[in-house]
Amino acid sequence: MQTVEQIREFLEEVKDPEIPVLSLNDLGVITGIELNPDGFVTVRMTPTFAGCPAMDYMRAEVEQSLRKHGIKAFEVVMSFDEPWNSNKLSEKGRQALKDFGLAPPQPYQGILDLEILEYATCPNCQSQNTEMRTPFGPTLCRSMHYCNDCRQMFEQFKPL
Amino acid sequence: MQDLAIKDLLYKLADDQLILGHRNSEWTGMGPMLEEDIAFSSMAQDKLGHSLAFYSLLHELGEGEPDTVAFMRNADQFHNCQLTELPIGEYDFSLIRHFLFDNAESLRFESLSQSSHEGIARIATKLKGEVKYHVLHGNTMVKQLGSATEESISRLQQALDYALPYALGIFEPSKYEQELIDAGVYVGETSIQAEWENRISAVLAKTSLKLPDLASLTPVYGGRYGQHTEHLQPLLDEMAEVFKLDPTAEW
Repeated sequence: MQTVEQIREFLEEVKDPEIPVLSLNDLGVITGIELNPDGFVTVRMTPTFAGCPAMDYMRAEVEQSLRKHGIKAFEVVMSFDEPWNSNKLSEKGRQALKDFGLAPPQPYQGILDLEILEYATCPNCQSQNTEMRTPFGPTLCRSMHYCNDCRQMFEQFKPL
Repeated sequence: MQDLAIKDLLYKLADDQLILGHRNSEWTGMGPMLEEDIAFSSMAQDKLGHSLAFYSLLHELGEGEPDTVAFMRNADQFHNCQLTELPIGEYDFSLIRHFLFDNAESLRFESLSQSSHEGIARIATKLKGEVKYHVLHGNTMVKQLGSATEESISRLQQALDYALPYALGIFEPSKYEQELIDAGVYVGETSIQAEWENRISAVLAKTSLKLPDLASLTPVYGGRYGQHTEHLQPLLDEMAEVFKLDPTAEW
């Protein structure tokens, strides 16, 4: 029988389908893994954005990964019990986003005000002389920014 | 606390999101420029997600499956305010509607995140962050276009004058208003409306647009009680077309 740590390790293989360098663990959408004495596994997940169409896909991938590792009795529960926010992204995940060319969300404390939403560091030249062009990008979790120094458009994983 | 009062509140929230989400999606592929096409499409996707969250909670409280509730009711069973069902019109109207509605929705979710009803508070806590981006978008575009050219200013002013009586209908009190306030479930529409007026006035003050005296306008009420314009039923028919042909279809 597997341990919770092993199951978390299995889920390391499951990536965000739209940002394939980011595992679900690093994204912070796996909110709990429980193992009953009889071997029954419960994986708890929460969506990044409530309308994210990739969440069903991620859930199916989690189920597939569990099956692949011989776990037969399990359920994957999606809920808002522990709602996602961008502070849940791990350090490893933030670095992976940067390497991928996406600005990671600015960590914040307390209330997220509109100024933080517009703030982004250019992932190409690290300049902070940037401006938000539109809060909506190719996916619900990305906004579009322009760097005034290297004169490139770039995307940011939105702080939420 | 009556179940009916909670359900009434949830239907109003969910139906607003579903109907405006559908209207926003009508800009997909038709936006006046790529960024706005993407913005309205993204907001549509968000709003459908938000409606699903509320329909799912309703389902936990004994109502039908989310798809059934969304697709199988007729117009007179919908609780959305009439503002959300109006056709998208020109971009100026869609922008003004989105600005007026999302500022209200953001306040509603902020307040509901403190609700004494745990399920509602949980969903509102999640959604209030997402709606901030809708508000940011609406406020930015209104500030820019509201002080750009003569044409953009006069178009937005016309749209604003037309939309405002409907926007006041967002705050139509429900018959359970006092009960919800007393139980700490919801702070009530009067309070939300007052703060909404502050927020939209602050944005409009940075533009050349004029906010008419709201007290002199007659709010368009009825939506919360199932009275709708002629525009809602055709929208529902279109939305449910595939579901009614084959309820098990996946698309």
